[in-house]
Order: sequence, then C-alpha cells, then structure tokens
Amino acid sequence: MKPGSIAVVGAAETTEMGKIPNTSVIGLHADAALNAMKDAGLKPSDIDGVATAGISPVELAHYLGITPTYADGTAVGGCSFMLHVRHAAAAINEGLAKTILITHGESGRSRVGAGRFGGSPSSLAGQFEAPFGPVGPPSMFTVPVMRFLKTYGYTVEDLAMVSVIQREWAALNPRASFKDPITVDDVLNSPMIAWPFRMLMCCLVTDGGGALILTSADRAKDFPQKPVYILGTGESVETPMVSQMYDFNSSQAFRVSGKKAFDEAGIKHSDVDHLMIYDAFSHLPLYGLQDLGFVKPGEAAAFVRERNTAIGGKLPVNTNGGGLSYMHSGMYGMYALQESVRQMRGIAPAQVKDAKISIAHGVGGMFAASGTVIFTNQS
Amino acid sequence: MDRVLPQPTPETRHFWEGCKEGELRLQRCTDCKKSYFPPRAFCPKCGSRDVEVYKASGKGFLYSFVINHRPRPDMGKDPYSIAVVELDEGPRMMTNIVGCPQTPEALQLDMAVEVTFKKESDEISLPLFQPVKG
Repeated sequence: MKPGSIAVVGAAETTEMGKIPNTSVIGLHADAALNAMKDAGLKPSDIDGVATAGISPVELAHYLGITPTYADGTAVGGCSFMLHVRHAAAAINEGLAKTILITHGESGRSRVGAGRFGGSPSSLAGQFEAPFGPVGPPSMFTVPVMRFLKTYGYTVEDLAMVSVIQREWAALNPRASFKDPITVDDVLNSPMIAWPFRMLMCCLVTDGGGALILTSADRAKDFPQKPVYILGTGESVETPMVSQMYDFNSSQAFRVSGKKAFDEAGIKHSDVDHLMIYDAFSHLPLYGLQDLGFVKPGEAAAFVRERNTAIGGKLPVNTNGGGLSYMHSGMYGMYALQESVRQMRGIAPAQVKDAKISIAHGVGGMFAASGTVIFTNQS
Repeated sequence: MDRVLPQPTPETRHFWEGCKEGELRLQRCTDCKKSYFPPRAFCPKCGSRDVEVYKASGKGFLYSFVINHRPRPDMGKDPYSIAVVELDEGPRMMTNIVGCPQTPEALQLDMAVEVTFKKESDEISLPLFQPVKG
C-alpha cells in the first residue's frame, strides 16, 4: 500500500457501552454502523464494501441494505478488524470498492443473540488442549506467562503495574467501565483467577460495538470529519493452540505484523506519538512493547514501571483505559482502532497533545493472530 | 460430570492408541529428523510426507503453567494446573501436572516431569505428567 493513500472518514462506537441488554449482536453491529455513517455523512446506499468478524459479512450487508462489490469475512479473533482495515486499503487501491464499512458488535456480557465459544472435540485444540481443563481465555491466554516472567526476570507486580497505569488513563474517559484508582496491592489482592493472574489483570466482559468507514485519500477531503490516513499495515497468524506458540517469550505474529507495518509506513519508533496494544490481559502490553521493538526484550516491565506509558510519559499507551478498564466485548481490536482514530482527530477524552502518528496493534485468539495499523493525521 | 475428552481423527489416532497402551507416541520426519507435535501426516518443518511414529521417552520439564482457580465442572472443585511440558525430544504439549500440590511452591518451572496416563474411557487415556521422584 502507498502510505497515506487511504483514509478513515467515518468512525464511531455503539451509542451505549458496557451493559446493553436490549440489543442483540447484529443490532450492535448496526448501531455502530449507523453512527459511523452519520459521522461520515453517508447512507447505506453509499457503501459498496463490507467487512466484519463474529457475524458474516452477508448478514451485515443484508441487515443494513448494502449492495457490496467487496466482502471480507476474515475472522482471526479480536484483531480481525486490523486485518479488515489492511485488506480494505488494498481493495480500494485496487478498485474493488470505493467506500468500505468495517463493523464490530458483541454482546459479551448480556449474550443477546450471541454464539457459543469453543471448537469441536476433533479439532486439534479440542484434542490436545481442551481435555486439560482450560476455561476460556483467562486460563489459556495466560499459559505462556510464567515462562515469560522467568526469562526476563519480571514479577507479578510488573503485571499488576500495567493494570494500575491503565486505570489512570480510564479515569480520564467518561465512557470507561472502571474509573476508580487502583494500586498494585489492590491488583494483587483481587480474586485469584488462574495463578499468577488476579481478576484485575484480566479484561472486562462487556457489550458494545464499533465501525469504521474507509475511502481513498483523494475523496477523503470532501468528508465532514478530519481525515485520518493509513500509513502502514501488517498482519500475521501463528497458531490455533497457545501451547504450540513458537516461543513463549515472544509472539512471532506480533513481530511479523509490526515489522511489516513499520516498513510500509517508513517511520521510526521515535516517530510514534501514541500506541494502542490490545490488552485482554496485563501481560499483552509487555509482549507488545518488546515485540513491536519499542523496547529491547527484558526492558518492557521497567519501561512501564518508570511511567513511560502513563499520563505525561513519552509513549502514551492504551489511553482509553484499554480492555482492562475501558471495555472488552470479546474482540477488542475495534476499540483500539477507534481510540487511535480519536487521537488522530484530536478528540480523545485523554488527548495526547500534538499527536501525529498513532499505532493500533491487535492480537487475535490467544497469540493466534496479529494485526497492526499505523495512522497519521498528516496528509 | 464426565471429563471433556478428545475425539481422535485419522491423523491423530496413533497418538491416542499409544496413550491407551501406555506409550507417548511422537512423530518425526525421516528426511530432516525433526520431531513434532501435534500429530499430522507430514513434517511441519520441511513439508515431507516421509514421517514415522515412534515411542517417545515420556520425559521432559515444566515449561509454563497456570493454576486455574475457577474449575471447569468436569475437572472437580479444586484448583488445578494447566501446564505446558517441553519433552526431551523437543515438542511441547499441554497437560496437567499431577502427583504434587497444585501450588506455585510445588510447581517449579524447569522441574523434571514424566508422563503418566489416566484412563478416562475405553477409548481415551489422557497423557498427564508428574514430577520425577528423587
């Protein structure tokens, strides 16, 4: 992709966030989509491309009355939306569609019209992981961490500090689910979920959605909002089984996706003003900082402890409060993208002053996949 | 409640047959000699279809783990380890560490472990691991 050739011209989350018992999954997709279309000054008939995960792009297009010439149903977990952005950018440049809508909606908490989690007992994960008693992400995504801590000399306090600093960011966000300050002791005294993970090191489970609308940079100038340009993108997939991750100390998918995005954007790490790292659990920002190359392996915990990612720090991270304190419906990647877009528009509740480049980095499944999008507000 | 059990496929049947017979079976490539897991009919390193099944040592070390404090109904009421063991032959596999307290003190990273099989049905015995004594 030519850096800056594609722009986000519509971006919105669902009208409500958190607990939305009166709306189904498809309804959340539609609410977010309608909000994003309003933001962009568009109607469904103006959209000619759709992308989504969780539901089929067929369901989405028909529900909204869209007639697409482009449909992307890439579903690799919570970072699917980063991949949708990447694919949409390529598709628009290739002329497959002009105006592409990407949606997310999930009734993670209320489970209205939601599907079931888990695979077949004959799948590889069904044969070689499920029999040993994992109960979803809290006891799966966390499995590599004891090795990660030992390798780098990190502690459970380091995991807790990630949660503490993100809560500080959440306090600035009126829509955040949790805003009250917490300490490392609070985190370490919260209920045990799966050693070494306490409840406050785990993401929320909430309802919500979000949508993005992309078009070419040439057209973007005619839209009502300040365009947010896409500088670079990356993606990769690694393993459907966390136990088969190639290296428990580093995500190969993170490294591949991040490098691809940086190479495409042609920027240095020091150019980055704002960073979102999908934080389903408090270890993920530590992996992300290392695997994206912002710090050397073994330096992430100190980088966080020394408040570099906190308010006033040199690299603000997860400024919406993240999956740990803002919201997490199940596939959080869309909310990381939304916060990057808000930061680039200059309208984020915890706005990073003069931010010009923002990265949204996502994980899918449990270290299964990754997607990276680098944004700028400079044309 | 019966334990959640695997459903073998043609590509994995040798592994589960082995467990039933008290053998941990791995596969290795006859071309590049790579041992791998989970089972498949080709080498994930070089793509060769010339692979063989062999009896592994059943020995390895504790590579990583969590102790799940919210037990799945089929797993009983007490916290239990969900672990990854690195086998002496190289591959890693998910398992439970049994035969020791399910505590961070007892579950030490890098400790030597060996396989033990737990019969769950006529078809399925699960490969679990226990600390090597002495």
